[in-house]
Amino acid sequence: MSSPILAISGLTKRYRRGSRTIAAVDDISFHIEPGETLALAGPSGSGKSTIARLVLRLIEPDAGHIEFEGGDFLSLNGAVLRARRAHLQMVFQDPLAAFNPRASVARVLDDPLRIHGIAARSERPRRIAALLERVGLSADLAARAIHEISGGQRQRIAIARAIATNPSLIVLDEAVSALDVSVRRQILQLLLDLQRQERIAYLFISHDLGVISAIAHHVVILDAGRVAESGNARTVIGAPQSAIGKALVAAAPKLNRTSTQGAADRQ
Amino acid sequence: MNPLRRFLRAREAVAGAIILVALFAMALTASLFFPGDPQAIAGPALLPPFQDWSLPLGTDRLGRDVMAELFHGAGTSLVVGLAAAAAALAVGAIVGTLAGFAGGLVDEVLMRITDAFQTVPSFLLALAFVSIVGPSLGVVVTAIALGAWTGPARVARAEVLSIRERDFVAGARVIGMHPLEIAFREVLPNALPPVLALSSVIVAAAILTEAALSFLGLGDPNRVTWGGMIAEGRAVLRTAPFLSIIPGVALVLTVLGVYLAGEGVVETTAVRRSLS
Repeated sequence: MSSPILAISGLTKRYRRGSRTIAAVDDISFHIEPGETLALAGPSGSGKSTIARLVLRLIEPDAGHIEFEGGDFLSLNGAVLRARRAHLQMVFQDPLAAFNPRASVARVLDDPLRIHGIAARSERPRRIAALLERVGLSADLAARAIHEISGGQRQRIAIARAIATNPSLIVLDEAVSALDVSVRRQILQLLLDLQRQERIAYLFISHDLGVISAIAHHVVILDAGRVAESGNARTVIGAPQSAIGKALVAAAPKLNRTSTQGAADRQ
Repeated sequence: MNPLRRFLRAREAVAGAIILVALFAMALTASLFFPGDPQAIAGPALLPPFQDWSLPLGTDRLGRDVMAELFHGAGTSLVVGLAAAAAALAVGAIVGTLAGFAGGLVDEVLMRITDAFQTVPSFLLALAFVSIVGPSLGVVVTAIALGAWTGPARVARAEVLSIRERDFVAGARVIGMHPLEIAFREVLPNALPPVLALSSVIVAAAILTEAALSFLGLGDPNRVTWGGMIAEGRAVLRTAPFLSIIPGVALVLTVLGVYLAGEGVVETTAVRRSLS
C-alpha cells in the first residue's frame, strides 16, 4: 500500500457562539490513498464543509495535523503554500458563486495556468481549449462569460479549472448537489473517468448517499463534528451501524440500482 | 430594453445630460469662440448684459468679457470637479478594499485614518491645505479629494467585507492567487458599483468646493473660475448684480446637471443589475 495522499488526525475547529464554544469539527482523523475517493457524509451542520475548508487552508484549525503528499501542510505559508495549492484543488457546490461574476470562461481557466507557470502566454489558449475538451465541452465556449452558460457547463468548467494544475487531490464540496439528475449523472461519470485516467484522489462531500455509493470507495459519516462511523462505502451504506448512519440511509431516496454501480464494487 | 433607452426615458436624467453636454461644449469651444486671454480687457467696464452684441453678457469692473470668462470657467469647474472626484473615488476604493480585505490591524489602522479625515470638515481641510501649499489647479484638486475620499472608502470596505466571504474569493485562494491580486482583480471590480454611485454627489460637491475656494481667493490665480467671478462681482453687488448672478446661475445649473445625470446613470444601471 502506498502512502496516503492526505492524512488528517485530531483535526479540531471550534467556534465561539456567545459565551459557549462549539466544536464544528471535533477530533476528526481519516486518510485518503492516491487515486481513491473518500466521501464525507452527514446531515447539515455536521462539519462536512468545515473539514473541506480546513483541508484547503481556507480556515485554520484549532488543533490537529494535516499531512498532504507526505508533508506537513499546516506549516506551509505564503508563496510556498500558494505553489503547493496547485496539487490540492476544489470544486464548489454552487457553480455560479464559485466564479468571479465578471469573468469569462477563458480567464477562469487561464488563471491557474498563469499563476503556476504551467504554460507560456502564447501557449495558454491551446491549453484552455484542451481543458475544455477534456471535460466534454466545446472549445468555442472559452469566449463566453460565466453567467452566459448553463449550470452543468459551469460545473464542468469548475472541474476543468481544478484539473488545470494536475492536482493529486480534489475536494468536491456538494459538487453535484445543485445539478439536476441527468446532469448530475454526467458529471459523476466525468469525475470517475478523470480519476481512472489521472489517478486523482477525491474528498467527496455530500449528504446524498445515493451519489456517494456511486463514486466513493470509503465513507466517513459525521455527526455534530465527530466521526459516527467509517469504512468501505458499500459496507457502511449497506448496513449502517450508527444511529445517524441508519437515519441517513432511511432518508435517502430509493437508490437507482442500475445507474449507481458502486465504486466499492469496482475495486 | 437597453440602458441607454431607459436612461432617455427618465426626463430628469435627460435634462441633466443636456446641461452636462452644454457645459462640455462650452469648455471645449471656449478657446475657439473666445481665443486669447479671457482675463484681458475687452471693452468698457461694467457694461450690462444684452446691450452690446459683441459682449452679450456685458463686462465686469475691469471691462473683461463676462461671456468669455463664463466659457473658460466652465472648463475649470469640470476639470476640478471630475479630477477631484476621480482621485477621491480611486483613493477611497483602494483604501476601502485593502481595509476590508486584509482585516485585522491593517483594517484598524486604515479605518482610524479614515475617521480622522472624516471628523475634520472637508472644506476646512481643503482651505488649510491650499493655504499651506499655495493655490494651483493640482493643489486645489488634491485639497478637494482629501476631504472626499472617506465616503467611497467606507462604502468600498462594507462591500468588500461581504464579497470576500463569497465562494469565488475562496476559489481564487484555492488556485493559489496572490492576496493582492485577489483584492484588486477579483474583489475590487465587484465592489465598485455602489462606490461609483457616489460619484455624482462627489463631483457636484467638488465643483461647489472649488467655487468656494475661488470665492475666498484660493483658486488657481491663472485660471478663470466661476467662484472667482462671483467674488469679483461681490464688490459691485448693488450696482451690477448680474456679475454675481450669471456665474452663480451657471454654478447652480452645473451642479444640478451633474447630479441629475449621475442619478440617472446609477438608476438605469441599478435596474439592469437587479434584472440580471
